[in-house]
Amino acid sequence: MDMYAENILDHYKNPRNFGRLNNPTGTYKDSNPLCGDEVEIQLQLSGDNIGNITFTGRGCAISQATTSMLTEQLKGKDIDYVKKLTQQDIISMLGISIGPTRMKCALLGLRTLQKGLWGMNADDLTT
Amino acid sequence: MHMGSVSQNLHLEISKIRNDFPILSKKVNGKPLVYFDNAATTQRPAQVIEAIDSFYRETNSNVYRGVHELSERATEQFELAREKVAKFINAKSPNEIIFVRGTTEAINLVAYSYGKKLVKGNRVLLSFMEHHSNVVPWQFLHEKGVELDYVDITDDGRLKLEDYYRLMSDQTKIVSMTHVSNVLGTVNPVSELAKIAHEKGSLILVDGAQSIPHLSIDVQEMDCDFFAFSGHKMFGPTGIGVLYAKESILEQMDPFMGGGSIIKEVQLDHSTWNDLPYKFEAGTPNIAGAIGLGTAIDYLKAIGMENIRKVGKELIKYALEALPKVGGIELYGPDDPRDRVEVFSFNLPKIHAHDVASIANDFGVAIRSGHHCAQPLMRRLGVPATSRASLYAYNTREEIDVFVKSLEKVKEVFN
Repeated sequence: MDMYAENILDHYKNPRNFGRLNNPTGTYKDSNPLCGDEVEIQLQLSGDNIGNITFTGRGCAISQATTSMLTEQLKGKDIDYVKKLTQQDIISMLGISIGPTRMKCALLGLRTLQKGLWGMNADDLTT
Repeated sequence: MHMGSVSQNLHLEISKIRNDFPILSKKVNGKPLVYFDNAATTQRPAQVIEAIDSFYRETNSNVYRGVHELSERATEQFELAREKVAKFINAKSPNEIIFVRGTTEAINLVAYSYGKKLVKGNRVLLSFMEHHSNVVPWQFLHEKGVELDYVDITDDGRLKLEDYYRLMSDQTKIVSMTHVSNVLGTVNPVSELAKIAHEKGSLILVDGAQSIPHLSIDVQEMDCDFFAFSGHKMFGPTGIGVLYAKESILEQMDPFMGGGSIIKEVQLDHSTWNDLPYKFEAGTPNIAGAIGLGTAIDYLKAIGMENIRKVGKELIKYALEALPKVGGIELYGPDDPRDRVEVFSFNLPKIHAHDVASIANDFGVAIRSGHHCAQPLMRRLGVPATSRASLYAYNTREEIDVFVKSLEKVKEVFN
């Protein structure tokens, strides 16, 4: 039951930064073919700084809650910060143990950004 | 609950069957395993595990290629397995039984070898409830101008027969349709489909992956031209499956893969083909797998396919009474036990299938979640995914109760 810790359910039921931007600098979309999870993340950059970030999507609690948490963490950060984020960072952010199959759900948001911004593949993700 | 003597006997029978499956006494997450993922793969009884073990310990050798004692014995056992398969589905001859890796390979074989005969403008008739393995191989024929048609389904998950009649054209050269849906559990009227196909001059392939575990199969009565199935969904090993085809049709088809076994004579620039069924079995086959499948067939016959269906119908009745009590649940597929098998796809409102399966897992309940390799069907149902509980002959009402309890918990966590 730890997978559905209170903070995860809270982010799933009340996603933060949910919606679309009027004039986004970039829109990045990806899906997880395994379960049909989808997210679309939009960025508003001022220089290298993430001035605003929103997301929309549908899918399981893990994919949506993680993306919600990620947007909170990224707002105000420099874009390079996204590049350096690792699987371990996501696990620490969630604070739960997670199996290999659901890990794909947890990484969807980060992967969408890293792939969209720099063409990084899942294999490039540092663990 | 009152139980008649028939169901009481079945009940005794089921506990006997359960004892044959070592894995069913294992615990998962500290809970007794409730294995409801049989449409993905069933478990194996000790008899099948031992048959494979004993082959490798005592008889292991390659088939056809040696005159030494072990090779003779391995060949004998391998061919005995073929005969068992032929009898099990009432094929006219063991020559009509081709061993393949599984249903997927069987369909690919037909799409390739029979597909070679098709020309631009020819059509293949499929349905919205096909597994990707009965869609993608046919899409390979697009490049030569062959078109695909899809028969729609009704709201309760049956084939729209009027759609079948409508789409069957003079250009339709082969119908390839599932006997039982891996998502909806629907049993399709394949004999009727075969009759109509033949009237229009088309062949028909029946995907039997999900029907062979549950129903008595008689390919002559069904009058299908091809019937494909996998060993691992019927208590047998993975990596072994069967393509049945009428001998006269196989004779007109070229081999699928090149290699040993399939040839009569190899010259430098061409070869001539071996007799049936060897023409389609390139390379060293899965010998232990075939022997394991033969043993699985012995096992199923000992229980009796009629009894398996009887148990199945009882489970369907019980599940279709218990599941709707989980408020808000959306169940897919027909209500009448005669029209379906014990495979139940469902969704809970606003809860993703993966979350349902993860919480069920905490109860030791193994169910599947996702698109079940049936994305056209998911789109047709208008859902990204479903959860699926697929039961089989060793499952019980008590396990359905545990499953229902896990679904109540899912709702509690998410509401």
